[in-house]
Amino acid sequence: MQLNVNIAGIEFKNPIMTASGTFGSGRDFTSYVDLNKLGCVVVKGVANKAWPGNPPPRIVETYGGMINAVGLQNPGIDAFCKEDIPFLKQYDTKIAVNIAGKSIEDYVEVAQRLVSEDIDLLELNISCPNVKEGGVAFGVNPSMAEKITKAVKKVANQPLIVKLSPNVTDITEIARAAENGGADALSLINTLIGTKIDIHRQKFILSTKQGGLSGPAVKPVAVRMVYQVANAVKLPVIGMGGIMTGEDVIEFMMAGASAVAVGTANLLNPAATMNILNEVKAFLSDKSIDNINDIVGIVA
Amino acid sequence: MCETMNKSRTVCKIISNELLTDQIFEMILECPEIVNEAKPGQFVNLYCRHLGRLLPRPISVCELNKDKGHLHLIYAIMGNGTKEFSTYNAGETIDVMGPLGNGYNTDTVSDIHLIVGGGVGTPPMVELCKQLKGRKIIVVGFRDNPYLVNRLKEYGEVYVTTDDGSAGFKGNVVEFLEKKSLKGSIYACGPTPMLIGVQAYADKYNLDASLSLEERMGCGFGACVGCVTKIASNNDAGFIYKKVCKDGPVFNAKEVLFSCN
Repeated sequence: MQLNVNIAGIEFKNPIMTASGTFGSGRDFTSYVDLNKLGCVVVKGVANKAWPGNPPPRIVETYGGMINAVGLQNPGIDAFCKEDIPFLKQYDTKIAVNIAGKSIEDYVEVAQRLVSEDIDLLELNISCPNVKEGGVAFGVNPSMAEKITKAVKKVANQPLIVKLSPNVTDITEIARAAENGGADALSLINTLIGTKIDIHRQKFILSTKQGGLSGPAVKPVAVRMVYQVANAVKLPVIGMGGIMTGEDVIEFMMAGASAVAVGTANLLNPAATMNILNEVKAFLSDKSIDNINDIVGIVA
Repeated sequence: MCETMNKSRTVCKIISNELLTDQIFEMILECPEIVNEAKPGQFVNLYCRHLGRLLPRPISVCELNKDKGHLHLIYAIMGNGTKEFSTYNAGETIDVMGPLGNGYNTDTVSDIHLIVGGGVGTPPMVELCKQLKGRKIIVVGFRDNPYLVNRLKEYGEVYVTTDDGSAGFKGNVVEFLEKKSLKGSIYACGPTPMLIGVQAYADKYNLDASLSLEERMGCGFGACVGCVTKIASNNDAGFIYKKVCKDGPVFNAKEVLFSCN
């Protein structure tokens, strides 16, 4: 059975990736997951310097999902390069570094800092709904998306994934803009903006009032968007949004995803990626599918 | 019988699940592996069966029965998840992960251990009192209905406070500490306003204090970075956010910056 997939020239041993921000740099998962068995670890977003993140409460459960307003708390690129890259290099998996920023210069600085680091891919986070400046502003405007993709691509030494926001009228517009800017792959979806009100206290639960909804509640939206984007661009698409099972992975791939990322499921069961991988194998074997790449975009 | 689903979430058998007092339940689980490993002040994640309720509910370890491999948990009905737990029957199973977090240091040498619990912060004090060596003064505060008092009496002198004066001292635990001018190494767990009071009391009399904090949690094992608290730091901001679930829930009172500080 062939499980390996190719994203922008990088060969993954299987299509299972981790969604940025749900897996840290993998440290909290080593007692539950054999990192060697993952296609790629996508680390939590890292900026040019340390960010404190938002005040608590940052997390609230909603029906079939959760809303987070973490706000990209991260130790900054220097600490990341010193601590996390050597940690991840102990494992036989691919490393994608998710880059966060508040201005084009911020993003460029991080990509530049990573030029000589032994990592495999960059993921440009222009879709986080939880930072006030920059971030999502680049992800909801096609010309800004193209401009920032171009600027980062110019200095980047690794293939560039652009992560798209679902909080737009037409996601294919942003996808094409990123493609025009020189992106090597696209990943989607980031979280959907949502909120939850404490009706007893008559106030918002999250400190930032609103945050990003994730989990199985968003999956139908994500599958639809993956399908739309895969048919709008030539780039490989990484699908994510509420993946809980191997069957969810198959669904995303049939919609057009060449690889997938498991996000919220990691938080509900730290061994989720391993269970999901086994379920994918079982499905393929049951259906006598020899090569997982054969199902990519099969419904298109 | 603890049937391991995988290393992370474990299916455990419910030995009993009984109402203790208004809205407060005690659930006893058979899970020898967790019991062997757990320390007072640590917690476990309990997972709902309802598929719409994804996030775990963190419940602190109340008592460990190593002979039987039984884990005693006491929880209050706070929302739909804990309400669901209250309907579970003996003989059924529940998904559990743990033990999680860092508990209290039980090796502290002190003439007097001052144990301070408030409301749903009282349960972890049972196992803590069991494991701490030396003289223990236990002060537990409730809004109205006290519980666990007799179990705590096995380990030391227990003083009860209630907001409405229906039992014990009328007032809160910090007022009681002040009135009796109680001194010792403090171990506290309870609502944030109580912890703020305990922190100030410890500071005023220069007492060591370990506070078990509460914050809305996501995963419970450090990955989501949801349940943070401000910890004093030498950086420009004067603080860093640490994770309550992974770096805590027990912190040294000297390093915790409550939002009123």
